[in-house]
Amino acid sequence: MSLQAESLALPARSPRRSTLSHFADVPIVPLVILFGIALVAIFANQLAPHNPEIGSLSARFKPPFWQAGGSTKFLLGTDQLGRDVLSRLIFGARISMIVGFTAVIFAGTIGTILGIVSGYLGGWVDQVVMRLTDTWLALPALTFAIFLAAIVGPSMWNIVIILGITYWTRYARVIRGEVLSLKEREFVRLAIVAGCSKWTIMRRHILPNVINSAIVLGTLMLGVVIIAEATLSFLGVGVPPPEPAWGLMLSDGKQGLMVGYWWLTVFPGICIMLLVLSANILGDWLRVKLDPQLRQL
Amino acid sequence: MAVVEAIGLTKHFQTKRGLFGADAGAVRAVDGISFAIEAGRTLGVVGESGCGKTTTAKLVLGLEEPTGGRILFEGRDLASLDPAGRRLYRRSVQAVFQDPFASLNPRMRVDAIIAEPLITNESLSAAEVERRVDRLLDLVGLPARAARLFPHEFSGGQRQRIAIARALALSPRLVVLDEPVSALDVSIRAQILNLLRDLQAELGLSYLFIAHDLAAVAHMSHTIVVMYLGKIVESGDAKTLARAPKHPYTEALFSAALPSHPDERREEIILPGEVPSPLRPPSGCRFHPRCPHAMARCAEEAPELAEIDGRMVSCHLFHPAAAGAAREAQPV
Amino acid sequence: MPFGTVTNSGPPLLQLEHLSTHYVSAQGTRVVRAVDDVSLTVRAGETLGIVGESGSGKSTLALTLLRILPPAARIVGGRILFEGEDLLQKSETEMQHVRGKRIAMVLQDPMASLNPLFTIGDQVGEPIRIHEGASRRSAWERARALLKAVRIPSPETRVKQYPHEMSGGMRQRIVGAIGISCEPRLLIADEPTTSLDLTIQAQYLNLLRDLQREHNLALIFITHNLGIVAKMCDQLAVMYAGRVVESGPVSQIFNTPKHPYTEALLNSIPRMTDTEQRLVAIDGQPPDLSALPAGCAFAPRCARAVDHCRVAAPPETAPAAGRTVRCWLAEPALAGVGAESGAA
Repeated sequence: MSLQAESLALPARSPRRSTLSHFADVPIVPLVILFGIALVAIFANQLAPHNPEIGSLSARFKPPFWQAGGSTKFLLGTDQLGRDVLSRLIFGARISMIVGFTAVIFAGTIGTILGIVSGYLGGWVDQVVMRLTDTWLALPALTFAIFLAAIVGPSMWNIVIILGITYWTRYARVIRGEVLSLKEREFVRLAIVAGCSKWTIMRRHILPNVINSAIVLGTLMLGVVIIAEATLSFLGVGVPPPEPAWGLMLSDGKQGLMVGYWWLTVFPGICIMLLVLSANILGDWLRVKLDPQLRQL
Repeated sequence: MAVVEAIGLTKHFQTKRGLFGADAGAVRAVDGISFAIEAGRTLGVVGESGCGKTTTAKLVLGLEEPTGGRILFEGRDLASLDPAGRRLYRRSVQAVFQDPFASLNPRMRVDAIIAEPLITNESLSAAEVERRVDRLLDLVGLPARAARLFPHEFSGGQRQRIAIARALALSPRLVVLDEPVSALDVSIRAQILNLLRDLQAELGLSYLFIAHDLAAVAHMSHTIVVMYLGKIVESGDAKTLARAPKHPYTEALFSAALPSHPDERREEIILPGEVPSPLRPPSGCRFHPRCPHAMARCAEEAPELAEIDGRMVSCHLFHPAAAGAAREAQPV
Repeated sequence: MPFGTVTNSGPPLLQLEHLSTHYVSAQGTRVVRAVDDVSLTVRAGETLGIVGESGSGKSTLALTLLRILPPAARIVGGRILFEGEDLLQKSETEMQHVRGKRIAMVLQDPMASLNPLFTIGDQVGEPIRIHEGASRRSAWERARALLKAVRIPSPETRVKQYPHEMSGGMRQRIVGAIGISCEPRLLIADEPTTSLDLTIQAQYLNLLRDLQREHNLALIFITHNLGIVAKMCDQLAVMYAGRVVESGPVSQIFNTPKHPYTEALLNSIPRMTDTEQRLVAIDGQPPDLSALPAGCAFAPRCARAVDHCRVAAPPETAPAAGRTVRCWLAEPALAGVGAESGAA
């Protein structure tokens, strides 16, 4: 084959090495925090010194160990039912992580699929989905969630579903926008020319190219969802007692603020803040990281 | 018999109605053009923005439906084909586009990219698909190990080769080349143009070659078609047209082409004004507002594409009115 | 035919001496020598074409001249003598007086060069107001005159319009008007016609030539297109992998190129006149600046490379008056390599 005469050198080095080093500048602190909370959630049973749901009424409202009246038995103090705050925080991490991740994945799946379908197919499908999104967005999310929670009754999995149903719209909007510009790209046109069906194109060409955005959006939504869950629990329509959700701890502890029982609200508050902040910082970093690479690809 | 033939092909895009319901009109992207692409030959299309060459490519590829006229595939009208026939047409006409970075799905490996047309249209064993992909890679001068790599690991020229390999996967009769080398480095263009020529000789491919580099078009094409605002103003044998254009627009276009040597003398014809919008094309001959040889007749009557000296030209200068008041005809 | 050929006996307008710009990666590990030991001369009223492909460093060179490099880039050596003064010694404030007023620049994408929120009049008048302290009204007047100078019809109405109301060709001319608004001595044009249609490009190049003659403006054309160089330039510098591999008068280089890359480039371009022959292609790919081979950067693709080419990078030599080249084969005595030494 005479065409071989024009030799072509392919890059010798493997691309994987450079990808790993590419991610070397990950923000360490948020990553550690997120990892730490995840580990705590997984090993809650081993880590928590006490049962989070049962307290001893004789040890009510004990302050953290470094204050007068506190003891090292209850490192961060106890609440109104004598339950160990630290143990409740540890198990609360599990709830926050589970609810957070599952709701985000659930919302993300619905939103991404609808975003792809409406963005690519256009026409009446797009109109319907967009009007649906508009209507959904017009509803105040939290109020809607509260409403649903009041109807179906509180339970952790119900909350996951409710949060998923409430927050899919953000995904749909963002993904649809990306799909609109993706479908003008030449490789999509070439897939049409090659004879691929619309569904094949959406599956093979559109989806893998929007996954990055969906993931980034997911990390950012994690913070939103966790705060939403905390708010729901705070308002009493979230994860029901005696489960130690952080938001519930905040709610229970608010009366104590008046009387100086600060540890009941400050510690759960700090936990929520750390988790959301870490998720947001990582999400931001991920967004910057993945975007220019996408351009390069 | 021509592989693909267009007869009076027209594509109008309806623009949305204005705020108060007034009809904003139609963009007459392609307005009654006719051409034929013979087997194993290249039809070059030149023209500037708004001339309709991209729309023509999309019509031939089936990415757009014509609003008028016909496309014939091996003599048969596309509109009359049954779904199986249309599928066959789809397989027989493939494309290579301008941007080597956007033409390949960044998340697919090269073998999947090249094999996609095969998998979509035929049911072959995995081994057979792999065999064909290897053969295609070899055909375009890429090593076999390219198959497992991703597009971003290749340079622009190499990606364009991958795009060509993919276009050839179904053994098409016609490949639409829309600015295939414009986005490549100058030193790479010759490689790709040579490759395309070799493939044409070896596989008997026809090309619809669209480019703004006139020398490249003249080099690659057997026939050239010059488009202006949706119409063909001149068409004919590539070499003679490039050397001696007849239509005033073609003359101006080729004179605007950059020289290949500082001592190359070329008569400079600078056209006034801008390329008008396809939304409101001028009356009569669409080129008359900018034409250095325009006559009164040109504003009133659109010229027909008629033959002169083996060339098709659409210009009143070449086909003076038989009857009517005496008008000045400028000999060219 | 080169235009604006002015035989100037005075000192050169712009003189680059051994200029080098490097990009340093964030961790300081990778150094990309985007511009490597570049020396060039431009005289008043002259047109220099800088030709190169991806990785040649030509765009970095343009940014270096005006010192508008991104943060990752460092000018590591050399001098930029403009009207006798070394621009690299100037403070940022002093450079601001140079940019737009004494040296102007025009870029490839006119839409990106114009702010969609401001009128044409405001944008064309902006340099005048900045550098000459003119009032808005008088800047507006000058803007109108400038639009007329760049042959935009009905300048009175156009001056009040916005960029999106103009065509691509017109926008490029407006960008040109902004460029010449303060009567600079030197205009740098980085791929100014790549996005333009052929006939519009012809108009634009014509305009540039006339402006150059009227204002004795020196032009630097940065392009990958040898056709523009053939049409517009007096002098030519060919860049490859950050270095100038050949420079000299345009006609001489086109007639007798001394560097294999220049020669190969000239041969690989399709010509309108003889279109039967197969094009002479150049093997391989443009260089990866972060992983340059030892020796001459062009050696991997050079049909005439000898062993020595892969060992040491050739220095710049002057094979004839007014010409420079970087190639061992041009001065075989230098490398102690005989002309008969077989290509590897």
